[in-house]
Amino acid sequence: MMRFSGLNLIAQAFSGHQAWPEQWPDKAPKASYDVIIVGAGGHGLGAAYYLAAKYGITNVAVIEKGWLGGGNTGRNTTIIRSNYLYDESAHLYDHAVKLWDGLSQELNYNVMYSKRGVLMLAHNVHDIQSFKRHIHANRLNGVDNEWLSPEECQAYCPPLDISPNARHPVLGGALQRRGGTARHDSVAWGYARKATALGVDIIQNCAVTGIRRGADGAVLGVETERGFIGAKKIGVSAAGNTSVVMNMAGLEFPLESYPLQALVSEPVKPIFPCVVMSNTVHAYISQSDKGELVIGAGTDQYTSYSQRGAFHIIEHTLAAICEIFPIFTRMRMLRTWGGIVDVTPDRSPILGKTPVPGLYANCGWGTGGFKATPGAADLLAHTIAHDAPHAINAPFNLDRFRNGRMIDEAAAAAVAH
Amino acid sequence: MSGYRLPAGGRIDRAAPLDFTFDGRAYRGFAGDNLASALVASGQMLFGRSFKYHRPRGILGMGTEEPNALVTVDRGATAPGWGRATPNLRAPSVALYQGLNAQSQNRFPSLRFDLGAVNDRLGALFPAGFYNKTFMWPRSAWEKLYEPAIRRMAGLGASPTTRDPDHYDATYAHCEVLVVGGGLAGIEAALSAAQDGGRVILIDEQDELGGGALADRALWGELADKTMALRRLGNVTVLTRTTAFGYYHQNFVGAVEQLTDHLAPEQAKGARERLWRIRAGEVVLAQGAIERPLVFDGNDVPGVMLSSAGRTLAVRYGVAVGRAVAVMAVHDSGWRDAMAMKAAGVGVVAVIDLRSDVAPDLVAAARAAGIALHLGHAVTSVSGRHGVSGVTFAANGTGHAQQLAVDALLMAGGWTPTVHLWSHAKGSLRWDADWGAYLPDVAQENCRAVGAGAGAWDMGSGLALGTLPGPKPIWQTKAFVDFQNDVKARDIDLAVREGMRSIEHIKRYTTNGMATDQGKTSNLNGLQIASGSLAKPVTDIGLTTFRPPYTPQTFGALMGHHKDALFQPIRKTVIDGWAADHGAVFENVAQWRRARYFPQGSEDMHAAVARECLAVRERVGMFDASTLGKIEVVGPDAAEFLNRMYTNPWKALQPGRCRYGLLLREDGFITDDGVSARLAPDRFHLTTTTGGAARVLAMMEDYLQTEWSDLDVWLTSTTEQWAVIAVQGPLARAVIAPLVEGIDLSPSAFPHMAIREGRICGVPTRLFRVSFTGELGFEVNVPAEHGRMVWQAIHAAGQAHGITPYGTETMHVLRAEKGYVIVGQDTDGTLTPDDAGMAWAVGTKKPDFVGKRSLSRPDMAAPGRKQLVGLLTEDPQDVLEEGAQIVADPDQPVPMTMLGHVTSSYHSATLGRSIAMAVIADGRARDGQVIHVPMPGRTIRARVTASTVFYDPEGSRLDV
Repeated sequence: MMRFSGLNLIAQAFSGHQAWPEQWPDKAPKASYDVIIVGAGGHGLGAAYYLAAKYGITNVAVIEKGWLGGGNTGRNTTIIRSNYLYDESAHLYDHAVKLWDGLSQELNYNVMYSKRGVLMLAHNVHDIQSFKRHIHANRLNGVDNEWLSPEECQAYCPPLDISPNARHPVLGGALQRRGGTARHDSVAWGYARKATALGVDIIQNCAVTGIRRGADGAVLGVETERGFIGAKKIGVSAAGNTSVVMNMAGLEFPLESYPLQALVSEPVKPIFPCVVMSNTVHAYISQSDKGELVIGAGTDQYTSYSQRGAFHIIEHTLAAICEIFPIFTRMRMLRTWGGIVDVTPDRSPILGKTPVPGLYANCGWGTGGFKATPGAADLLAHTIAHDAPHAINAPFNLDRFRNGRMIDEAAAAAVAH
Repeated sequence: MSGYRLPAGGRIDRAAPLDFTFDGRAYRGFAGDNLASALVASGQMLFGRSFKYHRPRGILGMGTEEPNALVTVDRGATAPGWGRATPNLRAPSVALYQGLNAQSQNRFPSLRFDLGAVNDRLGALFPAGFYNKTFMWPRSAWEKLYEPAIRRMAGLGASPTTRDPDHYDATYAHCEVLVVGGGLAGIEAALSAAQDGGRVILIDEQDELGGGALADRALWGELADKTMALRRLGNVTVLTRTTAFGYYHQNFVGAVEQLTDHLAPEQAKGARERLWRIRAGEVVLAQGAIERPLVFDGNDVPGVMLSSAGRTLAVRYGVAVGRAVAVMAVHDSGWRDAMAMKAAGVGVVAVIDLRSDVAPDLVAAARAAGIALHLGHAVTSVSGRHGVSGVTFAANGTGHAQQLAVDALLMAGGWTPTVHLWSHAKGSLRWDADWGAYLPDVAQENCRAVGAGAGAWDMGSGLALGTLPGPKPIWQTKAFVDFQNDVKARDIDLAVREGMRSIEHIKRYTTNGMATDQGKTSNLNGLQIASGSLAKPVTDIGLTTFRPPYTPQTFGALMGHHKDALFQPIRKTVIDGWAADHGAVFENVAQWRRARYFPQGSEDMHAAVARECLAVRERVGMFDASTLGKIEVVGPDAAEFLNRMYTNPWKALQPGRCRYGLLLREDGFITDDGVSARLAPDRFHLTTTTGGAARVLAMMEDYLQTEWSDLDVWLTSTTEQWAVIAVQGPLARAVIAPLVEGIDLSPSAFPHMAIREGRICGVPTRLFRVSFTGELGFEVNVPAEHGRMVWQAIHAAGQAHGITPYGTETMHVLRAEKGYVIVGQDTDGTLTPDDAGMAWAVGTKKPDFVGKRSLSRPDMAAPGRKQLVGLLTEDPQDVLEEGAQIVADPDQPVPMTMLGHVTSSYHSATLGRSIAMAVIADGRARDGQVIHVPMPGRTIRARVTASTVFYDPEGSRLDV
C-alpha cells in the first residue's frame, strides 16, 4: 500500500501519477476462508477491515454480487449523527461517530468527515416535546444535542425560512454539532484499500447463490456464481437483500425492503452550510462539497427490490424542501436515484448472532445505515471474532422480536432515521 | 473574435433585432436566435469557466448536451427580496428576447481574467480522486483549513438568494400514443399513430419541431409539409419547449413545458413552467442522437466544438463559427457538415480524417467544394487560450506535424443514440459495433424507439474511438472527456491503474458523466478509454445507470401547485372562524389548526389557561372538539368487529351507551384511543384521536379487508361531517337544557357515558354525555354545516352562566389533573395497556383482539418496564419540562442510568401547584419515592405518585 499524503501527491505529480498502485487488488476466490462477509458495502468492507486490524483475523473474503460500495453505501445522502433517543441507540450510533472521528487517519484515506452539524427542525408542540426529550436523554448519555430558537436556527442555516406565517413554522430545532456528512464512496474505498493491505480478499461480481450447512446445522460456506467457498463463519451485511441471503440458510428475517429515493440539484456556489432535517415537513438536505444540494426523499409505499421509486415521491420531496427553503424553487434537479432499504418492525437494526451457528447478521438499518458504518462494521467484527455480541450491539438481537424487547425509535419519537 | 453572422440564411428573423447583454456588455441578435448563436454571431467564443481547473471554455454543442456554456440569466427583481435569477442555464437552450441579461459563471473577477485558473497551473496536483489522498495532516487542519477551502470551491453558478415570484402549473394528461422527440422520425410516428384516431401527444424540447432536420436545408420543405399536416389533426397535441424528463412505471412519463422564459419578462404572463404527468398507452421514443466529441490534446479550447454545432449555427442560425474552419472527423457526418457549412457560406478550409478510406462520393464532393483533405491524419494539438488560432495535425497522429491556421475546429466523433428514457423504463440495451454505441433492445413497457435514437437512421459510418492517436503518452496530454468536470483521458487511465474496474467506480472516482449534462457527450468516450486501459471490450465494463431527469428540471415545476397555502392545506373546523374572531391563539395539530387558548387583554398563555381552567372547574366552559376523528361503523357484525379491534369487550354494550376503547398495534403497544357510542345494534359512532383518524381508519380497513373479510361491516370516515362542541363544567346541563329538544337530560335518564339522539337549536344532534375534564360534560355533535350556529347559540345561552371558551392547552391541563392520558404524548408507541395503567381496559377473557398475542411475549410483562405515574415536584411552583429525563441518583457520572421521562407537565391553577405525568421504570412500585430530574445547572426533586389522578379521585364531579 503506497502511503497517501500531500507530499506523496506532489512527488507523484512529477511522474504523471504513473506509480500509484491498485487501491485494492482483484482476487479470485480461494477454496476457503476463516470468515466470509457477504456484501461489500461500507458495513461489510469495514467489518473485514476490523477483523483484520483489531482481531487479527486476516484470512477473510468479502463477496459482492456487483461492484463494491455500489449498494446503499453509494446511494445515500451521507448524513451522520448520533442523537438517538434510547440508550441502546445512542450508544450504538455514538460508537460510530467516535470512530468517524479519526477514520481518515486510521485508513490513510480521506473520507471527508465533515462536522458541519445536523439541525432537526421542530414545527409543532409535539415536535418540541419530542426533541426536548431527545436533548435531555442525549445530555445524560454524553451525546451532544442542543436546543436552538428559531432565530438561532436561521443564524446556523441562513437559507431557512422562519416566518411565523409558514404552513409549518419553525418553532426551534435540535442541533448536533458533531453530526454532519462524509464522502460515501471514499468510505467504501478506504476500507477496501486498508483491508486488502492487511490480507483480506475482495471478490466482486460474484453473487452468493446458497449457504451450505453441515449436519449440525452450522455453516460450512457459501455457494457462489464462481463455485463453493468454505468458511466456518459468515457475516451477512447485504442491506435490502439480506432477507434473500438469510433465506438461503433457511432463516426468515423480519425485514421488509422498500425503494428509497434521493436526488441532487445542479451544483451551485456555497449556500447551505449544514445538514437540515424536518420530519414534520419531510425534508432532508445538505450541500455537497461539489455544490449540489443533496436531498433525501421518502420510501415508496410498497415493498420492492427495484432500485427506482415513484415520481410522486419526488414531487412531495421538492415541495417540502421549498416549503422550508423557498429561495430554492428556481434551482434545478439534476439526478434522482433509488436504493433498497431493509426495514425491521421496530425500525432498529439487527446486529448479532442468528439461530444458525456461524451465521451473523448485520441488517435492518432502514434509511439510516450510512451513519453507523464504522460502528456497525466494528461491532459485526467483534461479534464474529468472539462468537458473541459486544455489549453495545447485544440489545440489537433477533430475539427481541420474539420476546418483545423492542428498540422503537420511530414509535418513540416520530423521528425517521 | 472569430464567429460572425453570415449575410443570408438561417431560420432567424433578420427584421426583428433583439438587444441583450452578456457580462454587462451590449450585444444584438435576432428573433429566432438563442443566446449561444447570438453571441457566436457577435464574435464571442468564450462563454464560461470549467468547474475544477477554471479553464476558459466556449460552446461544445448546440443542444441539451452542452456542458461548457452555462450562464446565469437574471429576469429581474419584482420587489425587494423577490428575484428571478437562474443559474447554470445552457446558453444554446436560452431563447433570445429583448433585454435578456446573462452573466458568465465560476470566474472571479472576470471571465477573461479568472484567479481560479491558478488551479489549472497546479493541475498536476489535482488528478482524479486527489482529495482522498491528502488533507489528512495535521489532523486539526482538516476542520479549520482544508475543508472550508474545499467547500469554498464548490459550484458553478450561484444559488438564488431571493424568493421566486413566478408560479408553476401542473396537469395530468392521458393519451393512446405519446411520442417523445419532434424530429422527422417523431413527426412521422405521430402522423402514423394519429390515423388510428386515438389521442396522440408529441413532445419536443426545442422551440420548433424538426430536430436535426432544422440544420438540413434540404429537409425544410418536407418538414414544413409534415408539420402542417400534424397541426391539422384534431387528435394530436403538440408540445414544444417541453422536455420529457423521466419515464416511470406503467408508461408514466413526466414532462416540463417552458411557458414564459423565452419571452421578455414584461411580456411573460401566467405560469413559468408546467409539469405534465402523462399516462400513455404506448410510448414512442424518437429522441435522436447526440454527437460525440473527439478526445485529444487541446480539445477544450474555445472554438473547438462539435461538428453538428458548427452546422446548426450555419444552417439554422446563419452564423459562421469562424473565418477559417477545419473539421476533424472520424465519421462521415463531419464531411456532410463541412459541405453544408460551405454551402451556407462558411469558410471551411480543411477536413482532417483519421480514416484513409472515406467514401469516394464524400471525398469527391469535398474536393469539388474546394476543401483541403487530409486523410489518415489526426489533430494533435490546438493553439490559442481564449480562442483557436491554429491546429497541429499529423499522419495517424504520430507522423510529421503540420500546422494549419484556423479560428475554429469542429469535431465529428460519431453519434450516440439517446437511450435515456428507454433506460429509465428498464428497457435493455445492446452494443452496436457500427454505431460504437448502445442501442435499445428489449422494452419492458409498451414502448418502441424510432429514428436515430433507435439506430434506425442513416448517419453514415465512422470509427468509435477512445482518444485520437497522438505523439504524447496519455498522461502528458490535456485531452478532455467530461468538459464541465474537467475529466481528462489520463484521469480515466489513472482510475483504472488504481484498481477501478467497474465503470461505476471509474465514474465516481473521476466524476466523468456527473456534471449537469450527465455525461451526454462524455459517457461513451469514457467507456472507450476505460476499455483501452483495461484491455477489455466495452461490453465487459458495464454501463452507468441512466436516471431521471433527462435534463435538469426546476424544483418549482416538479412541485407544481404544492407550495405556500397549498403545500398542505390547513384543515379548519367550522368553528375556526369564530375562534379567530375572538382572538384565539392557534397551534398546528396534525394537519389541523386548533385554538390553543383565548387570551383576554394582555394575558399570556399561562394566565389565559389558568383563567379558562378555573372557569370550567367552577362554572362552565366550551371547547371545539370537532377535529376528533370519527368513523361510522355499520353492519350486522359491527360489534364483533370492534370486539376484535379494541382490547376491551364491546358485544354487551347496549345501544345508547358509550365506552372508552383502547387500540393496540399488532405488536401490543397502544396506538390510539377514543370514546365510542353504540347507536343501534348494528351501528357505532367511533371517535379517534385527532392525529390518528386516517391511520386508524386505514388500519381498520386493512383488517377488515385482509383478515376478516367474512365480517359484514362498513366503515365510513365522518370526521368532517360532525362538528363537536364540548360543554364542560358544573353548569353544563343548565347551559344546554333550554336548547335541547327530545332528550331527557336528567342524570337518571341520561347518565355519564350515554348517548342520545335528538335536536339542539332545531337541528339534529348526537348528544354524548362524556367528559375529558372530570366535570359534568356533554359533547354536542351536530352536522358540520350547523356547527357554528350551534356554537354561537350555546355561547349566547351560556352568558348567563359565565361560559368560557377554552382551547387545547386548557383541555390538556384539565385532563392531566384527572390523569387522563393523551395517546402520543403520555404514550409513545412503546407502552402496553398495563404500562399506561390501563390493564382494566384489556378484556383478558376475549378470545382475541389486535395485539393480544404480542402481549404474551416475555418482555411485555417483565419487571422493570416503564409505567405511567404521577410526579409532584417538591417545590410546588417548579414546572418540569416535558421530555426531561428522570434518574434515581443525580450524582452518577455520564452516561447516566435513566429511569424514564416526563410526558406531561403543567401548572394547575385548580390545585395551586405543578403536576406532571411520567413514565418511569417500575414506576408504580416507586409510589412516594423521590426521584431526580437533572436539568442544565440544577436538579429538580419530585415525588412519585402511583396514581396519575390529581383531582377528584372519587369522580364525584362527573356523576351529577
